[in-house]
Amino acid sequence: MTTTAWDRPRRATLGRRRSRGAGSQGRAGAWTYVVLVLVTIISILPLYWTVVAASRSNAEINAVPPPFLPGGNLLSNLHTALQNVNMFQALGNSVIVSGSIAAGTVFFCTLAGFAFAKLRFSGRNVLFGLTIGTMMIPAQLGVIPLFIIMARFGWVNHLQAVILPTLVSAFGVFFMRQFLMEAMPIDLLEAAWVDGASSWRVFRSIVLPVARPAMAVLAMLTFLAAWNDFFWPIIALTSSNPTVQVALNNLANGYVPNQSVIMAGTLIGTLPVLIVFGLLGRQIVGGIMQGALKG
Amino acid sequence: MAIAAPQRPTSEPAPSCPLPPRSRRRGGGAGAGLGRWSPYGFVAPFFVLFGVFGLYPLIYTAWVSLHHVELINPSSMTWVGLGNYVALVHNAYFWNALRNTFLLGVLSTVPQLMIALGLAQLLNYRARGRSFFRVAMLMPYATSVAAATIVFAQLFGRDYGLINWALGLVGVGHIDWHQGTWPSRIGVSLIVIWRWTGYNALIYLAGMQAIPDDLYEAAAIDGASRWQQLRRVTIPSLRPTILFTVIISTIGATQLFGEPLLYTGISSPMGGADRQIQTLGLLLYQEGWFYGHLGQAAAVAWAMFLIIVAAVVLNSWLTRGRSRALVKAATNRGEGDS
Repeated sequence: MTTTAWDRPRRATLGRRRSRGAGSQGRAGAWTYVVLVLVTIISILPLYWTVVAASRSNAEINAVPPPFLPGGNLLSNLHTALQNVNMFQALGNSVIVSGSIAAGTVFFCTLAGFAFAKLRFSGRNVLFGLTIGTMMIPAQLGVIPLFIIMARFGWVNHLQAVILPTLVSAFGVFFMRQFLMEAMPIDLLEAAWVDGASSWRVFRSIVLPVARPAMAVLAMLTFLAAWNDFFWPIIALTSSNPTVQVALNNLANGYVPNQSVIMAGTLIGTLPVLIVFGLLGRQIVGGIMQGALKG
Repeated sequence: MAIAAPQRPTSEPAPSCPLPPRSRRRGGGAGAGLGRWSPYGFVAPFFVLFGVFGLYPLIYTAWVSLHHVELINPSSMTWVGLGNYVALVHNAYFWNALRNTFLLGVLSTVPQLMIALGLAQLLNYRARGRSFFRVAMLMPYATSVAAATIVFAQLFGRDYGLINWALGLVGVGHIDWHQGTWPSRIGVSLIVIWRWTGYNALIYLAGMQAIPDDLYEAAAIDGASRWQQLRRVTIPSLRPTILFTVIISTIGATQLFGEPLLYTGISSPMGGADRQIQTLGLLLYQEGWFYGHLGQAAAVAWAMFLIIVAAVVLNSWLTRGRSRALVKAATNRGEGDS
């Protein structure tokens, strides 16, 4: 349990397949697994409980040894939940909102990120500094003027009130710039230069193909964040035109006394994201770790 | 774009700007080149949207906070000078919310980051199924605040909640997690910890993977124990990353909103019967959208902004000594080439 125990993981990150025989520290390994499994259980348990509770009756989830396996009431609970809050509309709205925000963010941030990474222009440093400087200021602090603007436009309770403010992100610009600085080959740009390609053509035929992997990661992270955004949507929208989070807020608001129905509604709102996450989890993990190094 | 790219050394300043500085000179003819690739055209869409919906509302918040504005008629603004701030300072609920925000921030951030650091250490081992563990630990992050809080509010139920049932097995009596002053604060903090620990662990893991192996090899040769290596190599190398997570978590904690809003089982900006978990975010929401005083709410927002600035400055200052690298890296990136 001294230095050799430490050597192994270090070495492992260096040479991919060298972990065998690097040291004999079974005990440390076992404890690592125990803790990791425990943390995994804690991470997943509340989500599992949602499934259990959503598929039981109210009386069953309040029983004294609580149930640990899903029951048979899932469909009827889902049905009641869908009737009580506008969950279908909410899902549709959330798809529109998160999709638009992800598409807009990826497009605008790739444009700007490319310019900051590869083009020279006066005011570039000031503009980029401004972007970075405001990256850490939470948008939540601007909600009051934002609400006043939306009220003047008559956009309160319309989806554009939620889409427009988050259509771009400073983080996105930063993320794309960092990627393109490394990944964009100079020769390609110079060749296009010599050929006299237009801005749009350069962007479409040279920048986009190179930027695609980073754009995919940014799209996933942005979609996730937009889907889960809570504060501004509950201000800008109402229960008559909700996103999923607004619908969940209404669900929790006390009109539905039945816990298992509330859980069913929560399950509907969470499931799409969890499915996407299950499929693309590794890429999202990679994106977050990359963003971390760069951020 | 592989998972866990190694950290770029902050050097390599050259390759960032390959294009000829001024095309006119380069092409030699007729103002082609750079003008053709209109850089401002590339950044303009971003800055227009960012300016209108990001920067302008932030700055305008300060202006609104100096006015009397009501929710019913947001277009009519009456100048009141510092009136909203004076009212705020005399409002006991503001101080209560400030205190709660601070308490909840400490309760949620400190354990969260410490656990995350330990987890990152474990995730860094070459273990079977480690990408599964990474994804599993990020599941809470993918769960929305609203969904997580609704589920936890149920789990924390006083009479029938799963947590009190489990505690009952080991002889702990029923705890009033929703209304008890400290239990409710701990409950809210646990939700935050649950949602963010995995995320922070990944950030630390990314930082750890960027630490050169020679540092550990050298330390091992010098006979440093595992614990010494953690203290002398890992943590100092991670300092910029730790600063980053501390700042991000502090900002998050200052804005804490969804968890205390939904935690007591209904959606209420009161933050519990005794306002024991009413944060500044909830107070802002209550002032603005329940009492309808948008000007007063703007003063709360501006107070939050000042607190965030102060917290960031303080954090950077406290950790400055050895984290110069971060500031430097940030400015290098900001400056780009030249």
